[in-house]
Amino acid sequence: MGISAVKYLLIFVVSVLLQVLFCNNILIARVISPFIYILFIILLPFDTPRSLLLFLALALGLTIDVFTNTPGVHASACLLIGFIRPVILDLITSRETLESVPAPRVKTMGFHWFVTYTIFMVVIHHFFLFFIEAFTFQGFLLTLLRIILSSVLSIALILLSQYLIFRK
Amino acid sequence: MKNLFKLIYRYHVIFLFVLLETLSLSMVVTFNNYQRAAFFDSGNFLSGTLFERFSSFTQVFEFKQVNIKMAEENAVLRSALHEMLLKSNHGTYHAYDSIYLPRIARDSTQKAVYRFTTARVINNSVNQQHNFITINKGRHDGIKPDMGVISNGQVVGLVTNVSENFSTVISLLNSKWKISAKIKRNDYFGSLSWDGKDYRRVQLNEMPYHVPVQNGDTVVTTGYSSSFPEGLIIGTISDFSIGSGSNFYKIEVMLAADFKNLVIVGLIENKQLNEIKHLESLNKYGN
Repeated sequence: MGISAVKYLLIFVVSVLLQVLFCNNILIARVISPFIYILFIILLPFDTPRSLLLFLALALGLTIDVFTNTPGVHASACLLIGFIRPVILDLITSRETLESVPAPRVKTMGFHWFVTYTIFMVVIHHFFLFFIEAFTFQGFLLTLLRIILSSVLSIALILLSQYLIFRK
Repeated sequence: MKNLFKLIYRYHVIFLFVLLETLSLSMVVTFNNYQRAAFFDSGNFLSGTLFERFSSFTQVFEFKQVNIKMAEENAVLRSALHEMLLKSNHGTYHAYDSIYLPRIARDSTQKAVYRFTTARVINNSVNQQHNFITINKGRHDGIKPDMGVISNGQVVGLVTNVSENFSTVISLLNSKWKISAKIKRNDYFGSLSWDGKDYRRVQLNEMPYHVPVQNGDTVVTTGYSSSFPEGLIIGTISDFSIGSGSNFYKIEVMLAADFKNLVIVGLIENKQLNEIKHLESLNKYGN
């Protein structure tokens, strides 16, 4: 328990640093900006209690908000995927797997499963985030374009990180 | 009663989610104007220090470029100074001089109104709808809210929040901020804001039809906002059209400053800002 708490604290810090120091400076073709900090929520163990998951999501969102001057924007998006994560897991995984495997990783769950899971999480998060940020449905198509293209890049970066940084 | 508790326990995750989500959404609504709670400000101690450390590392690579830019700016200033000295010596251009330069640097009693200082950008974004810039100077260095921020003499933003050692600047690329601007050629003014779409273009609104507008016209500050002297360059008109069902032009302005590459910015303090604000506030409540 102690070791895994430290490990996840480390994942939290690395996710935040990757986002605020690296990804927040990316803007491709004036519309694509990746958000990969939800890695932390993606990687949490399967047996994380749902209410704890919500509090961790809130903490993560607020931390990002502090760095980007957007009070509540990332917090609300994180809360949403924190809330929906168990539903997604139930949808794409059998109960036996959830009980026998400790945490979602490419190595244990397989590439195909991990990609599906990541797509669900990232797309829901980005959809909510970009519309909350714009705070209007004006320019709906542009926002939609931003969501789709940014999601693709975020998913690619998250998968890449599984091979480069978060190997354990 | 017992059943109620049972119900709450059974659905406690949903209740918790709704509660927390309501809290954060209310934060979006209440704080998302440009005076935010001090904690949610990248000028706070934690993120300020982190950004400062990181940028001092990455900006080593950018300093060559900065040097070139500054040398260019020096050259421009030097020639302007030279020209000014020449004019004041000969006396022939006196009329022109008293209209143009005094408004930038002096008031009618020949005292300097604006004070200039510089700071380093330690965090900046162009990829959001509401972009802010964090700089490495704060209250300790004499930075105050409402100071104008420029880069190479071009408008960048306005200081909003100040902590001990850092400040945050609302960027021109923030749909919450508007600044009055005019076309340099004919002095017609409008309101300049960003629609959140393209980080290189802002929109000049409220410009009526009868005004002659041309592509390539320079757009400058009006000096009405008291944070900026008159005549600072904002950009050039790149496109304009007649909006449907409106009496005003839709004007696209190509920004002069490169917001994606800000390293050193200049800060402008209007020493008479408080006096002006006080005087203007009398009109609001005095009636």
